[in-house]
Amino acid sequence: MSNNYEHKPKLVPYPSNAFVPERDLGKRPVLEVNHLGIDFGGLTAVDDFSIIVGRTEIAGLIGPNGAGKTTVFNLLTNVYHPTRGSILVDGMSTAGKSTHQVNHMGIARTFQNIRLFSNLSVLDNVKVGLHNSMKENFFAAVTHGFGYGKAEKKADKEALEFLDFFHMADMADAPAGSLPYGAQRRLEIARALATSPKIILLDEPAAGMNPSETAELMENIRRIRDNFGIAVMLIEHDMKLVMNICEGICVLDHGKVIAKGTPDEIKSNPKVVEAYLGKAKEA
Amino acid sequence: MAKKNFNNALKKAFSKDALTIYLVVAIYAVISIMLYGDLASRQLTNMLISVSCYIVLAVSLNLVVGLLGELSLGHAGFMSVGLFSGCLFSMWTVDLIPMLYIRLPLAMIFGGLFAAIVGFVVGLPALRLKGDYLAIVTLACGEIIKNIITNLEITGGALGLTTTNSGSYIYSKPKVLLPYAIVLVLITVVVMMNIKKSRHGRAIMAIRDNRIAAEATGVNVTYYKLIVFVLAAFFAGAAGVLYGHSFANIKPAVFNYNMSIEILVIVVLGGMGSINGSIIAAIALKALPEMLRGLDKYRMLIYSIVLIVVMLLNSNQKFIEFKSKFSFKSLLKMKKKSKKEEISNEQ
Repeated sequence: MSNNYEHKPKLVPYPSNAFVPERDLGKRPVLEVNHLGIDFGGLTAVDDFSIIVGRTEIAGLIGPNGAGKTTVFNLLTNVYHPTRGSILVDGMSTAGKSTHQVNHMGIARTFQNIRLFSNLSVLDNVKVGLHNSMKENFFAAVTHGFGYGKAEKKADKEALEFLDFFHMADMADAPAGSLPYGAQRRLEIARALATSPKIILLDEPAAGMNPSETAELMENIRRIRDNFGIAVMLIEHDMKLVMNICEGICVLDHGKVIAKGTPDEIKSNPKVVEAYLGKAKEA
Repeated sequence: MAKKNFNNALKKAFSKDALTIYLVVAIYAVISIMLYGDLASRQLTNMLISVSCYIVLAVSLNLVVGLLGELSLGHAGFMSVGLFSGCLFSMWTVDLIPMLYIRLPLAMIFGGLFAAIVGFVVGLPALRLKGDYLAIVTLACGEIIKNIITNLEITGGALGLTTTNSGSYIYSKPKVLLPYAIVLVLITVVVMMNIKKSRHGRAIMAIRDNRIAAEATGVNVTYYKLIVFVLAAFFAGAAGVLYGHSFANIKPAVFNYNMSIEILVIVVLGGMGSINGSIIAAIALKALPEMLRGLDKYRMLIYSIVLIVVMLLNSNQKFIEFKSKFSFKSLLKMKKKSKKEEISNEQ
């Protein structure tokens, strides 16, 4: 299965001058962002940001510090409401929706600085992710009857499956705050996956990880896409990871898109090199 | 399979929640025997209903402060709304429904609903605020409610509501009210414990731990904040109705911010989010001043010293470690361990 997705992805044109992986052509892209922009007072943090992400694409969003990458994630999840532009998730506009409604529509995310429910157990963290898929009304919750046991049992089973996917089932009862760093990162992804998203946004998933942990993360990201059949969009500074697993990459600098394309195209793009390393002085 | 079911049932019967309920039932059983066997002192008899009310108030405030993590300083206000509306309802219907066992529950539901409506109206704008700002707004709301009730004619104004007037006599003795208090406390405790262990409770605690992450995980933060606020107000109102029936005259001025803070102190002392803690702290804090009546001069001094000592100990790491060694859970574990050792020794 995973061999289908092997390297040297071929991006094919999609109407409105964007590219998606060849296998996703003919299906509606999961994320269509058009001319997105936001101003904070007089400061334009993000301007004219457009991207199209295919249904099972692994997309990368890179750029120097302060380029506005996390702001883009916050715009996509309506933490900030965009000043300009539109976002379509699976063809539906997210305009005017609140963050939890955007999550219902199919966008899940993780955070740059880990945000777990640290006093809840690992299992309960994932079960919060299952919150909206559980059929358990307030009356059942208060009385612990009327289908409560069945719903909880089902949720326990599902949550354990998500934990098992990241080899964390044995930690289910530990408080989330007591986990080691790497496990916390994985738990955050598991929680996001439990909301059954169509696209998952990972904000610097490899931050603070050593090379072997990063390799494991890379494998996990591929497995997420293959197993759940969803798209992944990630912000990352680890170029080895980005160039290895991303199919389409978008480079942001000073709030503007400066390049888009396959990893090979990005590597040789002079604008990208300039953004990261500065302009070469003429001798 | 049958054995597994049996084991599960056993586990359930000895879970922490079940033990809390056994504890409450046991305490009330002892008190009932004392009260109905005429063994209780007058002091104890007079305390019973108000301590029960404080348990309900503390457990319901714990939902807001402990589970949701928002500071509310207007709990006495919601209690007084429930108290006056419920007692007025009871006074108006006393001729229609003379039976207390129908009228009082109805009055409690009426008072609770009325308090819940006020909670909803207050909560809708106030819950957009966070932390200290919410605390200040709820504090102000409590005072506003107090002043409104003081200036209403229907509630008897500053003189208060008299429940012993002929024609609208609803005052009842503690002996009569105790069964209602027991049921109310048990319902409140069970509801709170059950909510804590449901998807709604998890959502509420998720908001407490990290609001932004909870939102991104699909939890409707505004909805849950409002639900918690309304639910807490409902139980405060119901407790108020019971409280009102146990006094011949109730002045609205009693329900000021001092009382709200008193309830908060109980919650904080018992431990945020801990239901048994709230129960024990309510009993201790309400009974202590009564017990110390003999030492009249030093009463408030001892009360405050106890508070300070408990607060200091609760935040002391070494004491927490010491305490966890003797907690109920670890005692149970030790028992299990020694049993296992016995078995292995036998083999």
